[in-house]
Amino acid sequence: MEPIVQIRDLHFTRGTRKIFNGISLDIHAGQVTAFMGPSGTGKTTLLKLIGGQLRPEKGSVKVFGEYIHNVNQETLYSVRKKMGMLFQSGALLTDLNVFENVAFPLREHTQLPEQIIRDLVLLKLESVGLRGARKLMPSQLSGGMARRVALARAIVLDPSMIMYDEPFTGLDPITKGTIVTLIKELNESMGLTSVIVSHDVDETLSIADYIYVISEGEIVESGDPNNLSTSTSGWMQQFLKGLPDGPVPFHYPSEEFKSDLLVGR
Amino acid sequence: MITSALQNIGARALGVFESFGSASIFFAKIIAAVPRALTRPRLIVKEIYSVGVLSLTIIVVSGLFVGMVLGLQGYVTLVDFGAEESLGVVVAMTLVRELGPVVTALLFAGRAGSALAAEIGLMKATEQLSSMEMMAVDPIRRIITPRFIGGFISVPLLTAIFTAVGILGGRFVGVGMLGIDEGSYWSQMQANVDLIDDVANGMIKGVVFAVACVWIALYKGYSAIPTAEGISLATTHTVVNSALAVLGLDFVLTALMFGDL
Repeated sequence: MEPIVQIRDLHFTRGTRKIFNGISLDIHAGQVTAFMGPSGTGKTTLLKLIGGQLRPEKGSVKVFGEYIHNVNQETLYSVRKKMGMLFQSGALLTDLNVFENVAFPLREHTQLPEQIIRDLVLLKLESVGLRGARKLMPSQLSGGMARRVALARAIVLDPSMIMYDEPFTGLDPITKGTIVTLIKELNESMGLTSVIVSHDVDETLSIADYIYVISEGEIVESGDPNNLSTSTSGWMQQFLKGLPDGPVPFHYPSEEFKSDLLVGR
Repeated sequence: MITSALQNIGARALGVFESFGSASIFFAKIIAAVPRALTRPRLIVKEIYSVGVLSLTIIVVSGLFVGMVLGLQGYVTLVDFGAEESLGVVVAMTLVRELGPVVTALLFAGRAGSALAAEIGLMKATEQLSSMEMMAVDPIRRIITPRFIGGFISVPLLTAIFTAVGILGGRFVGVGMLGIDEGSYWSQMQANVDLIDDVANGMIKGVVFAVACVWIALYKGYSAIPTAEGISLATTHTVVNSALAVLGLDFVLTALMFGDL
């Protein structure tokens, strides 16, 4: 079966900085695929390239059979209706309450009667455990609750694929556990394809079927969680164990400390 | 040295043209989205409330004081020529032709334009616009265009209110405090202010200023750098650029409508 997302020889530069230097990868239907790597390696940029929000400098990004960077707005939007995205901040619309935020895609894309919209929204809110919070405004929600509401909104049109941008960042252990469980259960119960961008090692390893590790614009490791855990690469071990120094140095490149201190003496 | 100075000037000029080109494309997208936005009047009414109704206080209070000052200044000047009975015409002409549209637009840019730029800029910074894009909802159609239409409708109405309240302010000072005959105040105004030449032209100015102010505010917000500093710059630029655009356009429109240039 053809992968849902096929990326080939992807090059992308931001300013003078090369973000991707010819990466190729596939995302298969029904799997939880994770992109891991240190901060600033372009994981979120990769999601934006898959979502068609950015255009590659070279190479191709094929999503649901369409080269997403070469389609008109109508086709782009029809592809996007098949995918949901959970932003790191939740990105809820601040002038709408929880119920209206979740109802937003339905109101924009369907002509469903109000009663059906209500039922669908309550169903999705129930699945993330926030049916009781439907009247709250986004400013009244905690970070974890906002992300759960955003998740309900992302699945309300029953997409085939969901992209999660740093879903675990800044959450307490209980909320983190809740989000892990939700991602896992939604993936299984709705037959979704999930793409997770994260640098939270334990959580990601616990739910991912396949992981790509990105660093310095290239895929440095890939495989299932067991393969990665047993990798002999020094870089991989440093990343997985969270060691401050190693192949990725603690110090930003600079001249020798002693000579720096003696400047002007 | 000279080469680098010339390069800087060239780069700045290119930047200005690029920015104007991108603002023009943005404007064209808004206009293209107007027909679909009109099918959702509830969104437009919400924006008329937000940028129009909520600006009423500042418009009414400012209009009243501007009219009162005009009444006082007009009286002081006219009384020397024994023409104080013409105060109504002076106040009305000044407000209808110039101060009504110009001051309303300047106040609108300060009160609602800056708020629009900050709101859109913050929506960008908090990824709300990106999330809409990812939900296959065009932010220009859903967020920008209703605000544009709301401003387009509100500014001419606010101009009319500002002018009407200003005329009442002039009457309060001229008739109520300085003893000018009330009949003269109103009848001279009625006889000399023309519906087409004065009132209609004043309202055309209001419409043109509305387009300029709302376009600038929405564009500055939409193109803001999504940081606190970027949003602060966007709001500042909105007010400054709107004020300059209004004053510049006012000269052009006045020359076309009333001048013999």
